Amino acid sequence: MFDIDVWQEIFATIKKNKLRTFLTGFSVAWGIFMLMILLGSGNGLQNGVRTQFASNSVNMMWLWAGETSMPYQGLKEGRSIKFNNADYAFLKGMNQDLQQVSSRYYLPGNIVYTYKNEYGSFETSSCHPSLQSMGNMSVTAGRFINDLDLNDYRKVIVIGDNVRLALFKDADPLGEYINLNNVPFKVVGVIHDKGRRNDDERTSYIPISTAQRIFNGADRVHTFAVTTKVVTTAEEADSITADVRKAMALRHNFDPKDKRAMGSFNLLAMYIRTMKIFQAIKIFVWIIGIGTLIAGIVGVSNIMLILVKERTREIGIRKAIGATPGSVIGLVLLESILITTVAGYIGLIFGIGLMEGVNYGLEKAVGSGGGDNIFFRNPTVDFTTAITAMVILIVSGALAGYLPARKAANVKPIEALRND
Amino acid sequence: MIQIKDLHKSYEMGHNSLHVLKGLHLDIEKGEFVSIMGSSGSGKSTLLNILGILDDYDRGTYYLGGKLIQGLNETKAALTRNEMIGFIFQSFNLISFKNAMENVALPLYYQKISRKKRNQIALEYLDRLGLKEWAHHLPSELSGGQKQRVAIARALISQPQIILADEPTGALDSATSLEVMEILKEINDQGKTVIIVTHEHDIAAMTKKIIKLKDGVIGEVIKNGELQAFKDRVRTE
Repeated sequence: MFDIDVWQEIFATIKKNKLRTFLTGFSVAWGIFMLMILLGSGNGLQNGVRTQFASNSVNMMWLWAGETSMPYQGLKEGRSIKFNNADYAFLKGMNQDLQQVSSRYYLPGNIVYTYKNEYGSFETSSCHPSLQSMGNMSVTAGRFINDLDLNDYRKVIVIGDNVRLALFKDADPLGEYINLNNVPFKVVGVIHDKGRRNDDERTSYIPISTAQRIFNGADRVHTFAVTTKVVTTAEEADSITADVRKAMALRHNFDPKDKRAMGSFNLLAMYIRTMKIFQAIKIFVWIIGIGTLIAGIVGVSNIMLILVKERTREIGIRKAIGATPGSVIGLVLLESILITTVAGYIGLIFGIGLMEGVNYGLEKAVGSGGGDNIFFRNPTVDFTTAITAMVILIVSGALAGYLPARKAANVKPIEALRND
Repeated sequence: MIQIKDLHKSYEMGHNSLHVLKGLHLDIEKGEFVSIMGSSGSGKSTLLNILGILDDYDRGTYYLGGKLIQGLNETKAALTRNEMIGFIFQSFNLISFKNAMENVALPLYYQKISRKKRNQIALEYLDRLGLKEWAHHLPSELSGGQKQRVAIARALISQPQIILADEPTGALDSATSLEVMEILKEINDQGKTVIIVTHEHDIAAMTKKIIKLKDGVIGEVIKNGELQAFKDRVRTE
């Protein structure tokens, strides 16, 4: 089937019908081209949104204390709920669903940072060491807050990159002391918060124990950041949220349904729901793409039918001198597969090429600092998808050739060779 | 070589059935040079198709070289044709985009003989028919007589026992016709059975036996010795 004669014959017929072959091939190439662009765009959108999520671990959950808005067990509404260090210990040991916990105490008022002659007002966050991995923060110099800092109430600070720029310019900040409202803190690290906007690098971090002691916090905590077990359905994520709410409600005497008493936000549930939308978009894109492809394939099938009709006499001769139906089917099928595969491959190359080009442009925009908020990233099609598309092509080429090939195999030499 | 007994064949034409062959008996020995004649509608094309295993029949028996040819599937029929029968057609039926050599070699392609070897054999056959220097020409560059000689070479290359020729001279002028008939005669002299379907009396007269079909059965068989008489009769007709 794969010797040179077969190819010679296929190329001879293709050469005889250049325009027709081109038009047919074009419809297949176009189908694949559109499929690649649609899939690439879908991926781009999904990647863009995923990048937005990447500023934190996707399994992050936040809890914050508020004021009750519903009466509960004889208690009036309007009570303020206060978290404390015991809640931290409780959440940490609660169950397998919760993995890491970090609590935060909001520093009162406006904190002014001074270093030598430089000063500025920046956001200060108090935390546990686990916040680093939870918030996907990377330390560019020194280290993050550690357990020793926490236990010894050390006055250490990890500064955001913008804080370093404002206070130190090009000097090395490590080991230097910054005054926060006239309390000296030793700089132990500089962080770069991946995926965040530049504003967020204005935040600095200090141990929560130090913050509570220095800024009169006693054992008060304002918010908790928690990472949950990574689950696959939004329902499971919601049930983790519900469990935590119930437990906290029991500890602080409020109605678990009271959203104002304790606010909570489960990022994982939202992430799963968002990704589900993209799953649906992807299915939709495949349906449209395959629809376009089918139109192309019907075109190929049509052309092959005409071709078989035109070559009836030749096929008749071949059968008279000993061509088996199998060899005739092979001839037609192979030609059909050749046209669809080559045309499809060209469409594939152009589609992927275009999306890579767009990606290059996007990366350049991001690289120059202007694209941090783009909801469209890496709009490319992965290797598996390209291979899948290729397999679909070859199969569809075979499908397109099948009917005409059957027709060719059924050519009666007598009728084909009739002298008319 | 060929034994046909009580052969029936009819074609369905809508609601009507056209009974073409009505119990035909025919015996052709090995090495005979036979022509089949008959007016249109006498069933000669149908008979040729059945002889060439291009069509099936309804009733009776057909033995080809001692082998019963009946109800073969397409693949088997194709293989038998390839092995046992060489076809020559009125309109040559060469493949237009293949040169003379490739056309001649085609039956060997279906015998899965390597390209190099079959082209070499094809050249030998073309040489025998005096067409060696035309081997690399396309059919469109050949004259009618040359085309038919290429077709004859193609029919011979698989070394079949029987050559079936359907109006081999129908598209040729009389000089070329004579040339082609000479070639067929030579082939017959080498021991091959040659069967020609024709409606031209002078062509038929060059064979050794004439079978005249009439209304689906054999009307008349004229043998070697009687040929001269046949020729005379044709002349006076």
